[in-house]
Amino acid sequence: MPTSVAMHMSDGLLNAPTSILFGAIAVLGLVFATIGARRDLDDRTAPMAGLVAAFIFAVQMLNFPVLPGVSGHLLGGALAAILVGPWSGALCVTIVLVLQALLFADGGLTALGANITNMALIGTAAGYLVAVLLRKIAARNKVGLVAVAFIAAFCNTVIASLGFVLEFAIGGDPAFALGGVAATVIGVHCLIGIGEGVITALTVGAVGAVRPDLVHLLRGTSRPLVLKEAS
Amino acid sequence: MTSRRGLFFVGFALVALILAGGVSYFADSDPDGLDHSTLQGCTVGENEQLSGNCIAQGAKEHALKDSPLADYSVGGDDTLAGVAGVIGVIATLAVAGGFFWLLRKRSPKDT
Repeated sequence: MPTSVAMHMSDGLLNAPTSILFGAIAVLGLVFATIGARRDLDDRTAPMAGLVAAFIFAVQMLNFPVLPGVSGHLLGGALAAILVGPWSGALCVTIVLVLQALLFADGGLTALGANITNMALIGTAAGYLVAVLLRKIAARNKVGLVAVAFIAAFCNTVIASLGFVLEFAIGGDPAFALGGVAATVIGVHCLIGIGEGVITALTVGAVGAVRPDLVHLLRGTSRPLVLKEAS
Repeated sequence: MTSRRGLFFVGFALVALILAGGVSYFADSDPDGLDHSTLQGCTVGENEQLSGNCIAQGAKEHALKDSPLADYSVGGDDTLAGVAGVIGVIATLAVAGGFFWLLRKRSPKDT
């Protein structure tokens, strides 16, 4: 039986129609994300997006303890959205999930659509919306940016876990009471969200301190950019 | 600016490599939040045998469980998780970097 190690939803937890439904939702979402990302990516931001994906892969390996016998790991949607925008961010997380499933047998293949929907689409969208709502605070100073990164990442984790609850409600084993499953999943992810918040705040804070021009969230704010017109 | 940008990108990549290659050895090996939730009601026995009644009993083995890097091992050797991590970072950088580079708007000076 697959027990530990696998970090994402395994195959067999959702029935086939539900897996197909969320596979289709994932594909549709990724089409929109690709169209949107094309607008955001240029010579400066494309390498950044590649690095953000690699960074998320690395940090997802670092499971941290949240309760006795329970760990958590970064999802990365808010982190990616704040640094490279929501469209490229969703694609970053997707590429990580696809490589984890194909190269490392981590996360089921039929569950890939559901995992992409939760972590790359729902999580990234939630994190980005929260960050945009708080953009004025993020643009004020470094403390504001770090605080907004923390809150956005916390919401990203908790709302992404709601995606699993929704999928399980639609196509999970009905022998298990949904209320109990939801309470456990959401409760644990509130704790994981704190870790996600800390990692995201540290990362966004570090990039913001060195290269604020590479923080997508700060684009178009009154914060003076340190871009030189050298070409 | 170009060299400073390059320096930042190299630094960012190095941090990812160090995290995946070295810090990953300090990662918690307990089940993560989602696995914990699906294991509620079960106890895990010695050979990862599940007894009790839990959602995870419906889970299927991964179709690629015997692939060379499965479960962040290298050829089944899970003491090489750091090596698997470094491979993963490089693979992600290559796939994502290549994809985003092809997707980007070309700067007008290229034309």
